[in-house]
Amino acid sequence: MSNIRKAQKALVQRILEGDGKTSPSKRRAAFNNRGLDEPLGTLVDKVAKHAYGVTDKHIAAAKASGLSEDQVFEIVVCAAVGQATRQYEMAFAALKDATGKE
Amino acid sequence: MRLAILDNGHSFGTKALFALIRTVSRQPVLDVIKLVKYRADFYGGPMQGVTHEAMRGPSAWSVADRELMAAFVAKTNQCEFCTKAHAAVAQRAYGDRKMVSALLSDLDGAAIEEPLRTTLVMLGKLMHEHAVGADDMRAVFAAGASRQQIEDALAVCFSFNVISRLADAFGFFVPGPDAFEAGAKYLLTRGYR
Repeated sequence: MSNIRKAQKALVQRILEGDGKTSPSKRRAAFNNRGLDEPLGTLVDKVAKHAYGVTDKHIAAAKASGLSEDQVFEIVVCAAVGQATRQYEMAFAALKDATGKE
Repeated sequence: MRLAILDNGHSFGTKALFALIRTVSRQPVLDVIKLVKYRADFYGGPMQGVTHEAMRGPSAWSVADRELMAAFVAKTNQCEFCTKAHAAVAQRAYGDRKMVSALLSDLDGAAIEEPLRTTLVMLGKLMHEHAVGADDMRAVFAAGASRQQIEDALAVCFSFNVISRLADAFGFFVPGPDAFEAGAKYLLTRGYR
């Protein structure tokens, strides 16, 4: 495995399994863009699919639901890394299909 | 930025570093620096490891090519901050302002070599459609790119898929061209660590 793939996996492991202000289950839900109640579900989906569409209101709604700024920070990071990881892994699967090699 | 902690929640030592950066560069500290320095053990540290390797590690793509890819990824994700930041780096690295601007407006008509163009087409599909298949990869091979070049381009894409999303979600301030020029000089000298 290349240095970059190792570093990418270390980043994912850190944000999902390391210490945080948000529970690991909620960070993983944000990473997977699945299973979060509102208003977090909308914020995470926006970050994953149309981050340019995130507004002050989305962040304010997340804070008004009881999350601290540190928790919003972690959730948004997990959402961004999650979507980027899905695309990265999908592309490697396509490479494997095209070449027959991992 | 939309979270106050990213503007002013840093440690005393980090705030002193920001003051030094402002003094030396005579520019405001870019929001991307504030982000990676906030609780760096959570995101900034591990992410800088990925990004530095992708952008400055060994690769058959030049630094200029990879900075162009970063700008292209950001443009595709409609992230103004990252598009301007990495277009500035790519322009400086290539020594060609017009080509970078032209490519970001019209990939098909840009004067670049086919392996790079076809790789960017594949990355564009991956980002637009959140999907890419074996035929898309075969097209990149047919244009002359190696497997390692494709993997290296995917690493650039990963990094800027993350960073451009965070820039928009956290509401990075988009400064004027002088600040991006100062950032470009720094990134070409020091990289992403």
